[in-house]
Amino acid sequence: MANTKANQTRVVWDGNMAAAQALRQAQVDVVAAYPITPSTPIVQNYSQFVADGNANDGEFVMVESEHSAMSACVGASAGGGRVATATSSQGYALMVEVLYQASGMRLPIIMNVVNRALASPLNIHGDHSDMYLGRDAGWINLCAYSPQEVYDLNFIAFKTGEDLNVRLPVAINQDGFLTSHTAEVVEHFSDEDAFGFIGSYVGKNPMLDGENPVTYGAQTEGEWHFEHKMRQNHALVNSLDTIRANFKKYAEFSGREYHPVETYLTDDAEEIIVCMGSVFGTTQITVDQLRASGRKVGLVGIRVWRPFPKEDLAAAIKNAKSIAALDRSCPMGTTGALYNEVAAVLVENGMSKNLLNYIYGLGGRDTTTEHLSGIFSDLKACSDAGKRTKPVVQTINLRGKMLSFY
Amino acid sequence: MTEEHLLKGWEEFEAGAILYSFDGSSHHINNSIQHSVADWRAEKPVFNEEHCIHCQFCWVYCPDTSIISKDKQFDHIDYVHCKGCGICVDVCPTNPKSLVMFTEQTTNDEAIRNWPAKDTKKDA
Repeated sequence: MANTKANQTRVVWDGNMAAAQALRQAQVDVVAAYPITPSTPIVQNYSQFVADGNANDGEFVMVESEHSAMSACVGASAGGGRVATATSSQGYALMVEVLYQASGMRLPIIMNVVNRALASPLNIHGDHSDMYLGRDAGWINLCAYSPQEVYDLNFIAFKTGEDLNVRLPVAINQDGFLTSHTAEVVEHFSDEDAFGFIGSYVGKNPMLDGENPVTYGAQTEGEWHFEHKMRQNHALVNSLDTIRANFKKYAEFSGREYHPVETYLTDDAEEIIVCMGSVFGTTQITVDQLRASGRKVGLVGIRVWRPFPKEDLAAAIKNAKSIAALDRSCPMGTTGALYNEVAAVLVENGMSKNLLNYIYGLGGRDTTTEHLSGIFSDLKACSDAGKRTKPVVQTINLRGKMLSFY
Repeated sequence: MTEEHLLKGWEEFEAGAILYSFDGSSHHINNSIQHSVADWRAEKPVFNEEHCIHCQFCWVYCPDTSIISKDKQFDHIDYVHCKGCGICVDVCPTNPKSLVMFTEQTTNDEAIRNWPAKDTKKDA
């Protein structure tokens, strides 16, 4: 915590309140949103700030659906304002069409996504189905594992998305209920310091500039479309440099340092779990427990899901013998998305390791240190045997006959 | 779409597929003032002065401001903007009509020579 520049106050906030306060402090011009569990308190809290006159003249737009919410965000952002929203699950699914519009038009909208399962069957609890649904939508995707991280990553999101070299929308993901509704200690800045870190919004081709009219949402057929999409992808892939730089600036500003890939005791680890979300904390405890009995285990958490930090992941897992990739979404006909990323990184770097894929926590199913300890035991068996000893895709805490695939 | 645009590489386009309406003045190359927006028209309306009573129905109904009148007199058709919808022909009240649709490749002189005769059934 040395070199902390900003004074901070400790409060008890859940992930939703942390996000709402960050939006207020960012002096957002427009929040257009439609409520959905478990992200409702973010926009509810923000609308309360507006009603109380505490939102720096920010405007809250009530709309009739999430499709309209993201559409209003696109309009407000193209108009030239700082714009944010929040959603979950079915609402996210309804937004997907417009998520592609937002990124294609290079609009730096900030969205807090409180991750929740997708129907059917209907379920309001946490898993990563919604995050995975939008992973190709061209948004920067950051993952917060705690309310403090939700607060911090919101500022990093504004600073990164609005950077003139990036100009892309950013989603900050947090686990439904486990992070969104669990109140924890959060250190926050004064309003002045918080706003100072991101600064005033800088417009780029704002539609409300009547002197310089521009067209947004142009049609591009075969002659142009490929070039525009590749330009967009170039910006997204390269935004990792800006994210990295902003993680550094934020560390100096707050004393809390983030990395595209978070590592915990990986240097000498023979078995490593790679995961995202609140399970990171539970796995950290599991690693501590196993380390106490002499096991060489470690943990990797994906902080930046898109653009995917391939080099950082390769460096984090290079010394391991066996790796488990955890996916909190049903892969529906193949292996999990995070497993696929890890497998690609291994191949790209000529690394041969035992790699397993664990599907866990669907619809809010608990994942405990016992389950994670069991994964480390499976990995140890692979390390000892010098080969993968189980089918690729495993399930954790699923009732019924043992189920695995491939 | 111009040759210049087609030759551009991915790194040369404005981010977000943004298009600027004007480059200095409103007579920029992307403007319909300079470029025909009617090149996909298959049939065109042709005007025949002989029958026109200058009622201005066509001028009122044209959805694309392509009937050009001066001093409340029919003047000409703006073929650079006319899409060939035929509404002007439909609303023309004279017999025979003062505006008739002909295929794009028919010259206006040819069209006038082949103008339909007065519809006698209609008058009766």
